[in-house]
Amino acid sequence: MTTLTKTEDAPAPAGPESFLSVRDLSVRFSTEDGVVKAVDGLSFDVERGKTLGIVGESGSGKSVTNLTILGLHNPRTTTIDGEIILEGKELVTATEKEMEKLRGNKAAMIFQDPLTALSPYYTVGRQIAEPFMKHTGASKKAGWERAVEMLGKVGIPNPKERAKDYPHQFSGGMRQRAMIAMALICDPDLLIADEPTTALDVTVQAQILDLLKDLQREFGTAIVFITHDLGVIADMADDIMVMYAGSAVERGTTNEVLRSPQHPYTWGLLNSMPRLDSDLSAALSPIPGTPPSLLNVPSGCRFHPRCTFQDRVGGNRCVTERPLLAPDRSSACHLTADQKRTIFVEEIKPSLG
Amino acid sequence: MKEDLVLPAPREAATDSPGEPLLQVEGLVKHFPVKGGFPIRRTVGAVQAVDGIDLSVHVGESFGLVGESGCGKSTTGRLITRLMEPTGGKISYRGKDITRASRKQLAPVRSEIQMIFQDPYSSLNPRQTVGKIISGPMEINGIEPEGGRDKRVRELLETVGLNPEHFNRFPHEFSGGQRQRIGVARALALNPKLIVADEPVSALDVSIQAQVVNLLQKVQKELGIAFLFIAHDLAVVRHFSQRVAVMYLGKIIEVGDRDSIYTRPRHPYTHALLSAVPEVNLGDGETGGRERIRLAGDVPSPINPPSGCRFRTRCWKAQDKCAAEEPPLIQISGNREGHLTACHFPEEPTIEARDEDIVLDPALAALEEAAAED
Repeated sequence: MTTLTKTEDAPAPAGPESFLSVRDLSVRFSTEDGVVKAVDGLSFDVERGKTLGIVGESGSGKSVTNLTILGLHNPRTTTIDGEIILEGKELVTATEKEMEKLRGNKAAMIFQDPLTALSPYYTVGRQIAEPFMKHTGASKKAGWERAVEMLGKVGIPNPKERAKDYPHQFSGGMRQRAMIAMALICDPDLLIADEPTTALDVTVQAQILDLLKDLQREFGTAIVFITHDLGVIADMADDIMVMYAGSAVERGTTNEVLRSPQHPYTWGLLNSMPRLDSDLSAALSPIPGTPPSLLNVPSGCRFHPRCTFQDRVGGNRCVTERPLLAPDRSSACHLTADQKRTIFVEEIKPSLG
Repeated sequence: MKEDLVLPAPREAATDSPGEPLLQVEGLVKHFPVKGGFPIRRTVGAVQAVDGIDLSVHVGESFGLVGESGCGKSTTGRLITRLMEPTGGKISYRGKDITRASRKQLAPVRSEIQMIFQDPYSSLNPRQTVGKIISGPMEINGIEPEGGRDKRVRELLETVGLNPEHFNRFPHEFSGGQRQRIGVARALALNPKLIVADEPVSALDVSIQAQVVNLLQKVQKELGIAFLFIAHDLAVVRHFSQRVAVMYLGKIIEVGDRDSIYTRPRHPYTHALLSAVPEVNLGDGETGGRERIRLAGDVPSPINPPSGCRFRTRCWKAQDKCAAEEPPLIQISGNREGHLTACHFPEEPTIEARDEDIVLDPALAALEEAAAED
């Protein structure tokens, strides 16, 4: 474990453009059943105006990571190690007061289910105006006007009237637009979108994704986009990080990760996902087994119990030694770079059709 | 997971010839009353969940039903299994009208039509063991298979890729994917002829989805069971179904064989739906040449659906005729046999990119125009 920590956080590509940087982050929850290692030794960077896509299945730690960035975890049961640096400011050790100043102002979040994220008790306009009034000290009137302007911008028809409505009077897609308006009202530098379209229909999802992209172009916001859908990530992200059981297993640009993936888990994800143009005569090839419990994570490589390429590594390194993930384009796997390339080209790519 | 599934011996050779409809639905209607008023609550309207649909499922065929939430696809599934009473129309199973059949008359049919539900957490009784859950259908129907029910349960567990020794465990001891397998085993317990699968994989993780889809496909092919496969995921439906129907606001707007629907769609809504699916482009370099259509707003309320063609409020081709006249579901010239479309002004049968994207969303259009000017 110690060796891992050192190697993982050592060569930080902390260029001047790196705007959010997470270093060796670990998040543990104590529960009745024991300690849940939700995130373990995670490092990544997000550049200004760029989108980082985090893909992973449920329980891979992708949401926890981002709740931690905004300090939205329960401090009594959570232990956090590592560093989160947003524009040179350390967030793990920041006080609640400092975090309050940052949330909704410099960094904002959009959640999966807009109905539970909006309060049923206040009008949509008032809720959208609230962060603006809090952070800029604007008057109620100015806040309301700004809220109406934002609602118009995200495509709510007749925003002046609709701002007076309550969330239940909005449809699912409109609620998500209202959430986006609320998140962007203070013109944040960082937007965390946690599965923002998972609850929406596909035609509405397409509208919201395009809206986010267009707004990002206009505002220059950095986005951390969390999803389990590789199709959505391909559409949205500049860079991709694939997570499995609390740590990153592969990262690179969207093109690199999707066109020449190097980790057996990423291969598995691509192979198990039916596409609109995939070959119909072939059966899908699922990843065997199930994701591990985070109470009791496998030793060595966390993916080894489900990995079909273990025997090519030799010895039982996969079981004993945890593979490392280098900062730039890389994958955390003991297979050699040549092996990864040949396996992908010869065995995986043909079956993707 | 075991790759080779052990399958129970197929039962007596099916008497139906393939191709003959197993299930026939005509003009099926389900309206849910909307109550209002005080002090006497009167029916003030109706949610027109399903409003006159025709479909047929043949022996051993997999028929896919796609659409967005609120289009009535799940209600259709529940009407066919008679878990809900239809308001109108006719459902016949093997030529026998079961629309108004009593509980008693339905019993033999019910054992041949089974259902798999979306949520593997709420569709299994937490207080029963897996063995009890799977043998439940046999118990209710008084069926005593050869070798006893326990043996059959073990066989079924093996068929769906679970350890037969686990029949004494409770549902909470299994993961989501394994629970869905238990649901499949229960559906198979009575050797059904038709399984209505309502979003069977949408609650599962991506890597588990494929396991369950493969299992269902195996079951469908090797036991010759017909499926009515209801899902919102177009790629999964394409993978699983030979014929596909697209629903919108309680109506089937297009139906046809898989290739026709996915590569030669004619209805504007089908075009919009297909173009909205986010896709991983695995090709090298060139961006996929798919058309881009972005509709405005959400699906209208089924309480007060638009007159005429129900899609017209979100359609870029809508004209006066669309509001006045409901388009019939017919075979449009140039379409293959069995490919029916309900549209007055159908689109070209291609999903290739158009000269100009169709962007109806006002916010998107404004932002993109501003970006183009820069």
